[in-house]
Amino acid sequence: MNALQSLSSDTWTVAGRTFTSRLIVGTGKYKSLEENAAAVEASGAEIVTVAVRRVNISDPSQPMLTDFIDPKKITYLPNTAGCFTADDAIRTLRLAREAGGWNLVKLEVLGEAKTLYPDMRETLKATEVLVKEGFEPMVYCVDDPIAAKQLEEAGAVAIMPLGAPIGSGLGIQNRVTIRLIVEGAGVPVLVDAGVGTASDAAQAMELGCDGVLMNTAIAEAKEPVLMARAMKAAVEAGRLAYLAGRMQRRRYADPSSPLAGLI
Amino acid sequence: MSDNPTLVISVNGEERRLPGPISLIDMLGGLGLDPRKVAVERNLEIVPRSTLDEVRVENGDAYEIVHFVGGG
Repeated sequence: MNALQSLSSDTWTVAGRTFTSRLIVGTGKYKSLEENAAAVEASGAEIVTVAVRRVNISDPSQPMLTDFIDPKKITYLPNTAGCFTADDAIRTLRLAREAGGWNLVKLEVLGEAKTLYPDMRETLKATEVLVKEGFEPMVYCVDDPIAAKQLEEAGAVAIMPLGAPIGSGLGIQNRVTIRLIVEGAGVPVLVDAGVGTASDAAQAMELGCDGVLMNTAIAEAKEPVLMARAMKAAVEAGRLAYLAGRMQRRRYADPSSPLAGLI
Repeated sequence: MSDNPTLVISVNGEERRLPGPISLIDMLGGLGLDPRKVAVERNLEIVPRSTLDEVRVENGDAYEIVHFVGGG
């Protein structure tokens, strides 16, 4: 089997579940549920993140996400967005488990509203409790190789460092720490947050990440469905480049045409 | 009257009054909610879906009823 043929079996596994797509997409900020569903389709994502919120008891007939994105076909990954303490995050995920019936969840515990930077003390505390309760948390975290190790030791099934603040679209700010996290991790590593455009996603994959999670980069593009398709291509391109192994950087030029036989 | 007490409860932070006795699953039905699509927390404790028809709504209960919405 040559390298290209082996690509068809290039899958990744988190908590015993195997996926082909390395792109996880959020379902927030879309203009409509129809556009959201079309973007998920174009992205090829097999996992989507979802939030847990109160039902609108004044108008229970409002359309629901599950009517547009089928949880039987796409894995719902409930998140704890908006939680600022371990207790709130744990409470939210207990409800999510009851609403959906599965243990694979995305944990994020935020430290402050301005940067939405993770509070690692609360995040670690929540990870420990959730693992004890049988959850399989994929954990949003700072791009810190030591914190990543601590989360893995606590039982995180995936490490998801930020590339840049949530919703900022600034791209990967610290390639060195992302690479160090990838090198040190025994569980999948996914860049979560900060991707702005396709090249950012490709860069995450070129650093050796197992996947990329994004929402705003697609939802706030002028043409979200087109950007979703671009992200699919970028994640695949970055993954292929990583597997192919890039050339060494040189300080100066090296001609591509032979010097021998010059007239 | 004592057979049909009015229950004063809180649902998602809003006060609601409803005639008792009533089971949790009937309360959800009365709110127009599909029990398969929501999760219920009663006085900070998760109510397993399988027991929604057994649990009786008590006066003073506080409920959180949630579902999945779009999010990142």
